[in-house]
Amino acid sequence: MKAVELVHVDQKFPNMSYKALDDVSLKIEQGEFVTILGSSGCGKTTLIKMINRLYQPDKGEIRLFDEEISKKDPVQLRRKIGYVIQQIGLFPHMTVYENIATIPRILKWDKTKIEEKVQEMLHLVGLEPKEYRNRYPAQLSGGQQQRIGLARALICDPDIMLLDEPFGAIDAINREKLQNELKSIHSKSKKTYLFVTHDIREAFKLGTRVIVMNRGKILQYDTPEEIRQNPADGFVSDLIQTMEDAPGTGNEEL
Amino acid sequence: MIRYLTEHYELLGNAFAEHLWLVLVTLVLSLLVSALLSLVLIRSEKASNLVIQLFGVIYSIPSLALFAILIPVTGLGDKTAILVLCAYNQYLLLRNILTGMRNVDRNLLEAGTGMGMSSWQLLRTVQIPLAMPSILAGIRLSIISTTGITTIAAAIKAGGLGTVLFSGMRTMNVYKILWGTILCVVIALIADLGLKQIENRVEKKLGGMRTEA
Repeated sequence: MKAVELVHVDQKFPNMSYKALDDVSLKIEQGEFVTILGSSGCGKTTLIKMINRLYQPDKGEIRLFDEEISKKDPVQLRRKIGYVIQQIGLFPHMTVYENIATIPRILKWDKTKIEEKVQEMLHLVGLEPKEYRNRYPAQLSGGQQQRIGLARALICDPDIMLLDEPFGAIDAINREKLQNELKSIHSKSKKTYLFVTHDIREAFKLGTRVIVMNRGKILQYDTPEEIRQNPADGFVSDLIQTMEDAPGTGNEEL
Repeated sequence: MIRYLTEHYELLGNAFAEHLWLVLVTLVLSLLVSALLSLVLIRSEKASNLVIQLFGVIYSIPSLALFAILIPVTGLGDKTAILVLCAYNQYLLLRNILTGMRNVDRNLLEAGTGMGMSSWQLLRTVQIPLAMPSILAGIRLSIISTTGITTIAAAIKAGGLGTVLFSGMRTMNVYKILWGTILCVVIALIADLGLKQIENRVEKKLGGMRTEA
């Protein structure tokens, strides 16, 4: 059983000259941390938004754990998928606690269970519950806000996590920390993570496998070592060159 | 001046109460209508612009003319007045409610949808609370506008302070005109100040959360 499976998925947006996703087929094993690497407009965000049905494919099928998602209720489907975006999207009028508890409250969990879970999540993302639970998002730094974003996405113990450039707007030092913590959260959880980024170093550091995309097509899908040793084509080898030309700055962006 | 008030206490009091009643009924009814319309219109930006424009055209028709047009249909009296006042209010209320809800950050809506909130849950827990300052401003404007236009409604026998004003004009009674005006201003001012207070409180509550980190 594959965690995620795309079969000949096509997507075209009206004002684009090429397809956002061009006959994409893809299989992701359970427990993988797959990073999706590409420049803006390559279709990487479109790809993950297909998985939680924020976009509907024009053609093709998408299956999660062997179930065709177009047959499921999108709202129910999304509650089993964690979703984190670069803009974070914390609700400004709600406290940290209320933000993290949003979906558990909708699902009418028991109050003590919500309380316990929120505490657990705050510990998981490295924030002391007592100090942070009653703060409003505006009283947090960008890095702290994204930690809350992660906690909010993780609270229902989703089988799949979708992360759309979650650390894109965070300073280099905090980004590094968050990357390490995310990696350790993943390795403890055995869940499947899909992580979109345009930062090649981030993609190679976090991914157990990396998808390289350009103009709606998957150029290569393999482990970081394999991609480094045997780049599929000129685009991929140019990409790797950019990382090797400037080692250590951590800012290689497409 | 004061003597006029003490001598005609009943007349002025009744007109004041009638006026307040008309404003209140209009407010409640027009809020109900605009809330329902907003729930339908929030789904389509095109449709909301069209409807707001339509009510904008109605809003620009002079009230006396609109009352006159409706007399053959709904007759004289407060029913016609309330109908017209509600129609005017739709412009102010819809515009404020819908822009308030539309101006909510798209990223919040995407995050909410993405984590599995239904559109109704998003509306109730995110869009409406964040649009509250704008909604309250709409209510404040509509009370002030209704208070003014209701005086004209006396022309079609809807009662209220307009009756005092019109009779003051007919008989050249300055006291009547002055008292009618003062009482109108009192209603508008109290509504204005009261709602400003609530607006500030809501704004402060939201504002505290928005201070840049």
